[in-house]
Amino acid sequence: MVDRVAANVSAYALLAWMWIRVSLSYRTSFALLTAGQFLITGLDFVAILVMFSNVDVLGGFSLTEIAFLYGGSALCLGFADLLLGNIERLGQRIRLGTVDQMLVRPLSLFVQVCADEFALRRLGRITQGGLVFAWSIYALDLDWTAARVAMVPYLLVFGTVIFLAIFTIGAAVQFWTAESSELANAFTYGGSTLAQFPMTIYPVEAIKALTFIVPIAFVNWYPSLFILDKPDPLHLPTAAQFAAPVAAALLTVAAAGIWRTGVRRYRSTGS
Amino acid sequence: MRSTVSLWFAVAHRSFRRYSTYRAATFAGIFTNSVFGLIISFTYIAVWKQNPTAGGYDVADAVTYAWLGQAMIMTVAVWSGGATDDLAARIKTGDVAIDLYRPVSLLGWYLASDLGRAGYHLLTRGLAPMIFGALVFDLHYPANALVWAQFAVSVVLAVTVSFGVRMLVSASAFWLLDDTGVKHLAAVFAMFFSGLAVPLVLFPGWTSDVAQALPWAAYLQVPADIWLGKHQGLDALAAVGFQVLWTVVLLLTCHLVLARANRKVVVHGG
Amino acid sequence: MSVIEVRGVDRSFVVRRRSGRLRRASTTVHAVRDLSFSVEAGEMVGYIGPNGAGKSTTIKMLTGILVPSAGSLRVAGYTPYAERAALAQRIGVVFGQRTTLWWDLPLRDSYDLLRRIYRIPADRYRENLDTFTDLLGLGPLLDTPVRQLSLGQRMRGDIAAALLHDPDVVYLDEPTIGLDVVSKSNLRDFLRETNRERGVTVLLTTHDLVDIERLCSRVMVIDAGRLVFDGSLEGLHGLGEARRTLVVDLVEPARRSTYPTRRRCGSTGRDSGWPSLPRPAPRRWSPPSLPPTRSPTSPSWSPTSRT
Repeated sequence: MVDRVAANVSAYALLAWMWIRVSLSYRTSFALLTAGQFLITGLDFVAILVMFSNVDVLGGFSLTEIAFLYGGSALCLGFADLLLGNIERLGQRIRLGTVDQMLVRPLSLFVQVCADEFALRRLGRITQGGLVFAWSIYALDLDWTAARVAMVPYLLVFGTVIFLAIFTIGAAVQFWTAESSELANAFTYGGSTLAQFPMTIYPVEAIKALTFIVPIAFVNWYPSLFILDKPDPLHLPTAAQFAAPVAAALLTVAAAGIWRTGVRRYRSTGS
Repeated sequence: MRSTVSLWFAVAHRSFRRYSTYRAATFAGIFTNSVFGLIISFTYIAVWKQNPTAGGYDVADAVTYAWLGQAMIMTVAVWSGGATDDLAARIKTGDVAIDLYRPVSLLGWYLASDLGRAGYHLLTRGLAPMIFGALVFDLHYPANALVWAQFAVSVVLAVTVSFGVRMLVSASAFWLLDDTGVKHLAAVFAMFFSGLAVPLVLFPGWTSDVAQALPWAAYLQVPADIWLGKHQGLDALAAVGFQVLWTVVLLLTCHLVLARANRKVVVHGG
Repeated sequence: MSVIEVRGVDRSFVVRRRSGRLRRASTTVHAVRDLSFSVEAGEMVGYIGPNGAGKSTTIKMLTGILVPSAGSLRVAGYTPYAERAALAQRIGVVFGQRTTLWWDLPLRDSYDLLRRIYRIPADRYRENLDTFTDLLGLGPLLDTPVRQLSLGQRMRGDIAAALLHDPDVVYLDEPTIGLDVVSKSNLRDFLRETNRERGVTVLLTTHDLVDIERLCSRVMVIDAGRLVFDGSLEGLHGLGEARRTLVVDLVEPARRSTYPTRRRCGSTGRDSGWPSLPRPAPRRWSPPSLPPTRSPTSPSWSPTSRT
């Protein structure tokens, strides 16, 4: 088991490193695209600034607090996107026959699909999210206790895992309908967009759905409630603020199951 | 002249039909547009709850704007795509030489094709999320038939302006060979300055005036303001005139650029 | 010892087609029916048949990509669909028209990557690479990115890639397609040499009977999912007397000028010296409807997504 994980991780690293070398051979294009990513996501935040030129608080949260939510969400999505963002093009790969080629290699299909066309330019999004996150931490007037400090990496790790699982599920669905890649966008980019704002702006039913059905609220909302010391609109037990690993684990199990079923389906229908 | 027009109709119709074969993609897109519509509506509701007259809108205006945005996002192809992407692809493969020697206007052909696509996207990915939004929220609707007619004209012009911009982006492939970088950047500008991320009327001070003078304002802000009845009478005429102006300027530029490209292809063989 | 064992393999697909506005009709298509054969270690077997006969379905099952609907398969001691990754170590695959190499990487880097993926011992890798570089004339190409290689060069590169890890079995899907006469001949020499020297079992699909003539002592012919011949090439020629009737259903009455018949039939892959086979009943074949006149819109459109 440990051996297999280690072998897969090293295979992933190997393939990713190869793609990095390829992208560095087109330096100008690489620089432009990274800058582009930075800008795209940057304007995302400018839109929030524009909103705040008209208001002082949004859903009971100040600009710096929303910057914290925004940064957390953007970083988690950014890491997940960097690690396996290309998985969303699975349908296209099936059509082109690339998946068949991967299946004749002695490596896990998942690892190959994730690492394929690994794009370091996605650091653009991470850099931008990181800057906003760092600024909010600097500007927030908080008592940075050890627990709060520890909660920051906790948020980033499990938030990333949740997005990784969502990306995987969105891609696995393409084993059934190859055209549906856009469906996944609603949950990945849509999920990260809605997590950029405080959940207090959404109806209570929506918050419940985002907690118990598509657990995007665990990406950064519950950990941020703890860090920012805000009341929980659902009045869940405080334990919910630490429950991100549970949500991440459940979602990962579901993702693995759907992926396996999808692969089995692909290999039994060839389409 | 008659035959040219009927040719363009045929091209537009074929393009419409071509896009309508991607059913699953259309459904997936409608779902995604609806999800984004919901998220944006709730953020706008939060903003207008704090400031009920922000940008001269009330909260129903703002939510209507959010859904109009989702309806227009594919119709004007903010993220690019559509007929102009075909051009870029054909420049890369060199097939464009065939197009340049055709006895019909390249620009007219692609515009007709893009209008066909836009028609399909408006009727599916425009209309469906809009209906969904109308079921969930109280929206504002055009006050009378005249406003509906003005809106219809404005949507067509929104597509022609966006076509002009996208065509220039694609034509950059004649010189750069690969238009990915430019396309990426153009999409960023389109997304932000069309008012899709946040209505241009919310921009602070003079930045709002500048943003509303740029061609991207014709994508969403102008048609939305007509729908919402923010432009009445002569004002509405001026708004449509603004779109006409940008359409003319952009299509003329496209024409000049394509003429140059033609010379380049003829002289250098692509 | 049989290195490939196929016993009673069936593979059917459910094809759904739109019938009417919303209704969909499902039909079951048998891509491969009751297929049985075995290949001994070191054999070089030609596997031929018209397009859509079930060749690539067979190869996909033998490589473990596709799970059979019924029957059993063994390749190099493994059950392909159950032990895909382990089997992958023992086989090499060349998909004729698609490269398995990395488009933007120089050949050398692609090979180095394969060395790591297949965990080939360093000295064995060097030995193999030297041999193949020499025999396939890859020397000047090693530092060229794959996308800049010609079709023939890329095929040579692909074949070397499929052999680097000393596989027991190699599947070659139309390895000579699109190559000029000299390249074809060189490639055949290389394949014969490799088969003899290394004892690699080769299963070769092709539309070029000369490939079979020069390389294979044994030919298997598949048609409409069934194995209709398995034996020597001479035996196949012996069957050449039978006639085949081609019934063409036209959608509309044909005007002479619009159907350059010879060429269209050629494009289905049934010319170039195809042997005629005895058949129980004539099969109906409808010509594909003529493509509409070309427009500047390429069909490569795909729905845009947010990236």
